[in-house]
Amino acid sequence: MAKKEYAFYPGCSSQSKASAANLQTSVAAMCKTLDIKLTNIPDWNCCGASIAYAGGGELERAVMNARNFTLAAKHLPGQDIVATCAACWLNSRESKDKLDGNPQMLAQANEALKEAGLNYQGSAPVRHMVEVLIEDFGYDALKKPVVKSLAEIKFAGYVGCQTNRPFGIAGESFENPMYLDQLVESMGGEALTAYDQKVTCCGGALAFSEPDKSQKQIRDIVEAAYDQGADMLVTPCPLCQANVEVYQSEINRKQGTKFKMPIVYYSQLMAVAYGSSVKAAGLDGHIIAPTKLQQIAAKK
Amino acid sequence: MQALRTTGHQGIPAVAARYRNNFLKEVEAHVEDGEWVKMCMQCGVCAGSCPFGPHWEHPPQEIFMMIRAGKRDEVLKSDAMWMCTSCYNCVVRCPRKLPITQIMHGIASYAQELGLAPKNQPTRDFSIQFWNNCTKTGRVNEMKLTVGLYFKDGLVSGIKQVMNMLPVAIGLIKAGRLNPFELISGHSPKDQKGIAAMLKKARAIEAQRAPATH
Ligand code: SF4
Ligand code: SF4
Ligand code: SF4
Ligand code: SF4
Repeated sequence: MAKKEYAFYPGCSSQSKASAANLQTSVAAMCKTLDIKLTNIPDWNCCGASIAYAGGGELERAVMNARNFTLAAKHLPGQDIVATCAACWLNSRESKDKLDGNPQMLAQANEALKEAGLNYQGSAPVRHMVEVLIEDFGYDALKKPVVKSLAEIKFAGYVGCQTNRPFGIAGESFENPMYLDQLVESMGGEALTAYDQKVTCCGGALAFSEPDKSQKQIRDIVEAAYDQGADMLVTPCPLCQANVEVYQSEINRKQGTKFKMPIVYYSQLMAVAYGSSVKAAGLDGHIIAPTKLQQIAAKK
Repeated sequence: MQALRTTGHQGIPAVAARYRNNFLKEVEAHVEDGEWVKMCMQCGVCAGSCPFGPHWEHPPQEIFMMIRAGKRDEVLKSDAMWMCTSCYNCVVRCPRKLPITQIMHGIASYAQELGLAPKNQPTRDFSIQFWNNCTKTGRVNEMKLTVGLYFKDGLVSGIKQVMNMLPVAIGLIKAGRLNPFELISGHSPKDQKGIAAMLKKARAIEAQRAPATH
């Protein structure tokens, strides 16, 4: 298959030494196998995130994103823009819909962009990495490079919110999307399809500002995985990953539970199935070690 | 760059008077996606969709009803909208396709702009810190964001919170996912000047946006 090229929007949390750095590591390994070339949008900036609404107004947030689109169109013409962070993808897409569908907003955005020497005149679509995998490759093609079976591992697929709503992956339902389970099965793992907290919100950015309310959500998410006999949770969302992993110790401390449920990215299990080492799959970057996956990665 | 949204720059009585106490009209003109509010048919589906449901003083459905009933103060001073986790549960279920998430953020943002948002609302504080953090250089500095949040209530409470989360922070640093050196210098795009100028302009355009342009 010919090399596929995309303009990559990494997002703040995927930078080196940031909270989702291991997502980036595993995505790189996965893309290498699939012959995907991701080129960072030169000098990209933050998307503004949903939570910034009290600080930045509609136009300011749109302009932040318009700057990224313009840089992509200028330096990487014709390449679709791809994000791995659910929040980045959602915010960019929302901004793009508004800019492309509202001439007044577009004119105002360009007035502001002029200050940075730029002009937005449309760009390629903004897509999620999962869309690229499913639509541009497909499960069969993703299965081909598998060299290691994940057969001994039971995965509870935790899709979360923003990869799923409001845009979601084409052809999937909002209440019970199946693509994560299908990805797990394509890699030879066991997908616990009866896991019932698949699309529960973990509290998102409010995990920080409303810890108790969010930790109740996280408790449900983890508990249901134990109920299904899961070895680990798998997710596409960097904030889900961080929230659900990081706060288990807090929940244990406050509520006397003994949670120790690892949570990995889809890209990590794909990297392992494709033969990556523990390090190349970003599996050394966990607070709760996904031991079973590490063991398979370490096997020659 | 200092805090961008100063509170109270729109005289409250002046705005209310301009709309002859028609709060729905005011929302339509000033709140992001506010023109959708009148489309709500009060079916109640969204009211059962919020993850923090029991903690909402007024669920979205009720907020929409109160806007129509002209309950300006009760809506804008409520901390209900600040409970929104941006989960988009409501949006995909609403039979009238209202962009409920955006409207909730829009009302919260408008209340903040008018200086009516509840003080010490933790999500309000987080939201503002987040925006200031990400626009300061153009990218989020997670270390400064974290430290800023823990110490917002003062040194003692900050230290207590840090002690609780210390094992987690050390875990993240060891795992290469939190960089203590970000306190001194973090990641950032090169054209910080351009970004600052562009945001300043956008802010100015927003500030003078005429009431009826929505
Ligand atoms: S949403 Fe988060 S990760 Fe994405 S660009 Fe903004 S701050 Fe960075
Ligand atoms: S982090 Fe939580 S709130 Fe955000 S998309 Fe994932 S599940 Fe939803
Ligand atoms: S679901 Fe939609 S129509 Fe129904 S009450 Fe909520 S906003 Fe109104
Ligand atoms: S997006 Fe906000 S308003 Fe909608 S269901 Fe989630 S928390 Fe409730």
